[in-house]
Amino acid sequence: MPSINTYTSLLVAAPVLYPLLLGLITLALWNSRRWQQWVNVAGSALFVVIGILLLNTVLNDGILVMQGGNWRAPFGISLVADVFSAVMVVITTIMAFAVSVYSVSSMHHDEELQDARRSIQFAYYPLLNIMYMGINGAFLTGDIFNLYVWFEVMLISSFVLLSLGQRKFQLEGTLKYVSINLLSSTFFLIGVGLLYALTGTLNMADLAVKVPQVEQQGLVMLVSIFFLVAFGIKSAVFPLFFWLPASYHTPPISISAIFAGMLTKVGVYSLIRVFSLIFVTNVAFTHHILLWIAGFTMLVGVMGAAVQYDIRRILSFHIISQIGYMLMGLALFSPLALAGAVFYIMHHIIVKANLFLVGGVVERVSGQFDVRRVGGLLNAYPLLAVLFLIPALSLAGIPPLSGFWSKFLVIKAGIDLQSWLIVFVALFVGLLTLFSMIKIWNEGFWAPAPEDAVPFTERLLSRRNILLILPVAMLAGITLWIGFYPEPFFQIAEKAANQLLNPNEYITKVLGVAP
Amino acid sequence: MNILLALLIGVLFGAAIYMILRRSIIKLIIGLMLLSYAANLLIFAVAGVQRAKVPLIPEGASEVAQSVADPLPQALVLTAIVIGFGVMAFTIVLIQQLYQQSGIEDSDELKTTDH
Repeated sequence: MPSINTYTSLLVAAPVLYPLLLGLITLALWNSRRWQQWVNVAGSALFVVIGILLLNTVLNDGILVMQGGNWRAPFGISLVADVFSAVMVVITTIMAFAVSVYSVSSMHHDEELQDARRSIQFAYYPLLNIMYMGINGAFLTGDIFNLYVWFEVMLISSFVLLSLGQRKFQLEGTLKYVSINLLSSTFFLIGVGLLYALTGTLNMADLAVKVPQVEQQGLVMLVSIFFLVAFGIKSAVFPLFFWLPASYHTPPISISAIFAGMLTKVGVYSLIRVFSLIFVTNVAFTHHILLWIAGFTMLVGVMGAAVQYDIRRILSFHIISQIGYMLMGLALFSPLALAGAVFYIMHHIIVKANLFLVGGVVERVSGQFDVRRVGGLLNAYPLLAVLFLIPALSLAGIPPLSGFWSKFLVIKAGIDLQSWLIVFVALFVGLLTLFSMIKIWNEGFWAPAPEDAVPFTERLLSRRNILLILPVAMLAGITLWIGFYPEPFFQIAEKAANQLLNPNEYITKVLGVAP
Repeated sequence: MNILLALLIGVLFGAAIYMILRRSIIKLIIGLMLLSYAANLLIFAVAGVQRAKVPLIPEGASEVAQSVADPLPQALVLTAIVIGFGVMAFTIVLIQQLYQQSGIEDSDELKTTDH
């Protein structure tokens, strides 16, 4: 019997239970806008503390396990926190905090949303928190069917958030998002069912032991493709990404930001988890497919961005191309490559969400998301220009910002393995990313304002705008921190990669016996 | 029985894909419903359909009697049905709202968010 340690169990479950509690509290406060907003901000700050506490404990004590209802694995549902999941939880909490501050201003000063104010107050904060519960549950669960359930918790909240405000194009984007996600969930469910038929277990650690023992390895590969397609749709890889640029720019910008930062990365997390723990019996087959997908995802995403002029759509296409880099790390499947993938996810979530938030500020001061119809932002708002440049150059991978180190790691891993083609694609895509960012810079910040543009009247540091600037500055600060002092972040990523590549500790901790 | 189930699942999948590929939005939703039924039935079937005893441990014993039915897939299907029901309810309200606001019922006309 594994020893019952109430504190660790509670700590592992806290990132799942706490947002539920916060969601209920904000729901109870729905009638008072101010209370709801500020309780949510304070609550999100505590959320960050919980996340960091979990990561710290995992780094010091190794993998933590909570057995649901004290049923011994593989019979009960286990929650497992290894370094990779703990890192993802911490980033979720940081994003939750940034968005909670940003929303105080963005959700209630947006004129387009005036009609929907009551439904926003009723649904926005509670569902945002329930979505964090789903996201953290997906990161922490050690049971493959439970992963499906957390995905659904996350998806149902995201459906409602996406359609919040009920503008026509929003409903249209939501319908596309909903139908493709239902399809992907069905694939996932079929994969889970077939995997259970092959192995008779659903616990991921137990699956890691039993899948190599299955006699019909051909069937295992078939099942792995079900998972690849299901998670591939959710993480928007080539050629399954078309729903993303069709829906992510439709909701209010703070919702876009959290979606862009977190949701596709839950798909990437699941891909990494499943293809490093369970489906590693034929790496030459599965990871070779992943490598091709990674290359095309990078290339097609960045080229899609090249023809766009709406900031949100440019950024949406860049999500796709950046997913390619993370998959490249997984597909190369060496310690350095996986560390690179984990590092990439850390950097990417922060930078990408931040760019969306900056886009929201641009819209606040100019009334536009279309960069062709905005101009002269550099002269009018030099601070905003700096806050845009930090994440934008980081996304393109300019040293010494965080994007440089993450690209450096995956590309170095590719060079070590002599996969020249993917290395070339990765470098080339970096260049095109820079082109896209410079396009926003040139059109929006540098070019003179077009003649029909409304003159800038907003003050950037006024009382209602400072709440938009603060979270942007905080995330930019984290980007700079990762950029100038990457050593601790790299060590964490390396540790996470080691645990992923040597799942013995994971299996031993969950099952209570050595494999 | 197994062959019948397999055929039924196949027909359901076929019908679901046919409906999803139709242009009408209502039919898309019906297709997605059929798809989730097919998936549920598949999970039910892969566990092996057999006449077996209920998986209860008799009083006084510490193990189940031989050859009991596997209860887990049924629990999975039940969970999936409940989730599917919730999502479908949301989706139906969604298309109703979309129709009210735009009058669109042909998915080919849903292209304002694509460019």
